[in-house]
Amino acid sequence: MSLSKNFGGIVAVDRLSFSVGAGEVLGFLGPNGAGKSTTMKMLTGFLAPSGGTATINGHDIINDSLAARRIIGYLPEGAPSYGEMTVRNFLEFIARARGFKGREARRKAAAAIDRLNLESVPEQTIETLSKGFKRRVGLAQAILHDPQVLILDEPTDGLDPNQKHEVRSLIRDMSSEKIIVISTHMLEEVQALCNRAMIIADGRLLVDDTPAGLIARSRYHNAVTLVVEEPERVASILSEIPQARKVELREGELTVFPAEGARLFEVISDAVKEYGWSVSELRLEAGRLDEVFRQVTQGTVGK
Amino acid sequence: MSTPKSSGMSSVINVMRRELSGYFSTPVAWVFIVIFLVMSGVFTFYIGSFYERGMADLAPFFQFHPWLYLFLVPAIAMRLWAEERRSGTIELLLTLPLTTGQVVLGKFLAAWLFLGLSLMLTFPVWLTVNYLGNPDNGIIVAGYIGSWLMAGGFLAIGSCMSAVTRNQVVAFILSVVVCFGFLLSGLPMVMNVFTQWAPQALLDVIADFSFLAHFAAISKGVIDLRDLVYFVLVTAFWLMANTIVLEIKKAD
Repeated sequence: MSLSKNFGGIVAVDRLSFSVGAGEVLGFLGPNGAGKSTTMKMLTGFLAPSGGTATINGHDIINDSLAARRIIGYLPEGAPSYGEMTVRNFLEFIARARGFKGREARRKAAAAIDRLNLESVPEQTIETLSKGFKRRVGLAQAILHDPQVLILDEPTDGLDPNQKHEVRSLIRDMSSEKIIVISTHMLEEVQALCNRAMIIADGRLLVDDTPAGLIARSRYHNAVTLVVEEPERVASILSEIPQARKVELREGELTVFPAEGARLFEVISDAVKEYGWSVSELRLEAGRLDEVFRQVTQGTVGK
Repeated sequence: MSTPKSSGMSSVINVMRRELSGYFSTPVAWVFIVIFLVMSGVFTFYIGSFYERGMADLAPFFQFHPWLYLFLVPAIAMRLWAEERRSGTIELLLTLPLTTGQVVLGKFLAAWLFLGLSLMLTFPVWLTVNYLGNPDNGIIVAGYIGSWLMAGGFLAIGSCMSAVTRNQVVAFILSVVVCFGFLLSGLPMVMNVFTQWAPQALLDVIADFSFLAHFAAISKGVIDLRDLVYFVLVTAFWLMANTIVLEIKKAD
């Protein structure tokens, strides 16, 4: 079960090519206007690619669009729905559009209501619901037919932290047997949710890696940050150690960057003991995703 | 895991049902029905001199329908696609496993049934004329059928125009203009545009395109198959155009 996609694009998406397998949660990451939504709209058959095509479980999105759409669950950006309908009527409409009939359609709608914790509002019209509930209704319609492929365009955008957490755990619960593609411009989401991340800018794929791999690209990866008295003096001593490539002092925090392959943490904690510095904080940096993101996206945009 | 395939017609009916219930959960439907009934009453009894004519038929009622539809049907049609665009639901609707044609037909049928319902609610006029005299009810039924078919033609034009632009006002104006063209084709003001350069064969076709002529024939009780086919063809043509327009610019 794999997807391979090959787009020759409108200006928005430029020959983007990738494949995803079951169990993967792929995060599209990129600045606004990078082409994330455009790519999703092409996958779901809303936009026709101006070149190239994609295959979803063997169904070509151009020649076999209906079959492809049948196995996709899609949450468009902003989770649009018919505001004047009640949650239940809306979901039953979606179920029937997905080919379920009569009692089966009602059962599917009820199951989706259950799954997304919408039991308190099924008879309310959607326009009267809060943003968090509306988003859940959008997710409910996307997962209603238990799709093999789930495409979610900014599923947590505009939600409060609790709602974000809730939506993310829902997605995580479903991730084991499905292919999930989400787009986001929130970096923490990729860390929280995805096991694979693609950074896209100007419609081009810049990086395709695991979140951990992304972080490892940060220059902060394995750097050591300490907060210490008399930072200038400490900085000049630390810059002498062979394992340190560079020392930076910023806002009272001293960050030491390792030389290639060096293990800095032990060296520095030994130095702390040896010189008897009074250290209030000492930490090993995992890496900073926002820094990688900026580096990757601005680096190429500039060129 | 795999979802069932839905048959074509049940998909159309599903879209139609949703659309139709949408009409009645907003004031649009009620406002339209009230205005339609009031206007057709005014036209029939005041302008059409229903009583003064002293004839037991509904000619004064039906003769104003083309003009009533000219403005009221585009008003219903303008929101068909523009509204889906505004709310973003077009993306939801067209990424469901439904063909564009099914969605176009479903939405059209909903609006057409709604117009049919509005038309049926004019039944007091029919009761009145039966109370006052002995009209030929066959002619009246023919008039209703012709009127409904003509409304379908107007509606298909309006639906297509609604897909052309996301602006409802522009959609309204475009469809009034195109409907007006279809209404009057065959009359001098439209024909003059073509007589200078168009070949006679084309002129005949254009002259034969008039809604008015075909409707007049039906509402006189002459149900000629050609008139019925004419309206069905015009409707089908504009719905096809609607589907194509939508395929091309659904995301705009």
